[in-house]
Amino acid sequence: MSVEEDATVREPLDLIRLSIEERIYVKLRSDRELRGKLHAFDQHLNMILGDVEEVITTVEIDDETYEEIVRTTKRTLPFLFVRGDGVILVSPPLRTT
Amino acid sequence: MLFFSYFKDLVGQEVTVELKNDLAIRGTLHSVDQYLNIKLENTKVVDQDKYPHMLSVRNCFIRGSVVRYVQLPKDGVDVDLLHDAARREARGG
Repeated sequence: MSVEEDATVREPLDLIRLSIEERIYVKLRSDRELRGKLHAFDQHLNMILGDVEEVITTVEIDDETYEEIVRTTKRTLPFLFVRGDGVILVSPPLRTT
Repeated sequence: MLFFSYFKDLVGQEVTVELKNDLAIRGTLHSVDQYLNIKLENTKVVDQDKYPHMLSVRNCFIRGSVVRYVQLPKDGVDVDLLHDAARREARGG
């Protein structure tokens, strides 16, 4: 049984298709970010990611000094379905850390 | 259709659904529909002290649009089949 897949990149979703089985970075709403291996996605940007690290960023303001304290909460999940309506952007991982 | 099929294959397995309001519910996947609405059985809220709302609830219907994540069993389905299906998935159009 031979399966023919169109290898031409025509539209943005094709760019994401190139990242299947690769690690990606996903920016979500509510100041969340995910890094994981892309296993599947659809046109809504629903995704399944493996070996995921989630980072939640919060900013606290000190009552007296009014300084902004940026905190990040991390957790890891082995296998995760992400609903597409929360996704802002998808990219190859940005290696800043 | 891809994820609808995926979840249908996962019926009977234990999953944790995390909602957009931060509530997390663990339960057995009973059924799913085209909107990815989910029905869970034998449910237990993950942080019961923080969210006592559903202490006595054992089965629930979750509207697909309120889901943020579904934490899945890693060996739930064949990953290679997922990769192939995603590559074949028709473009948005």
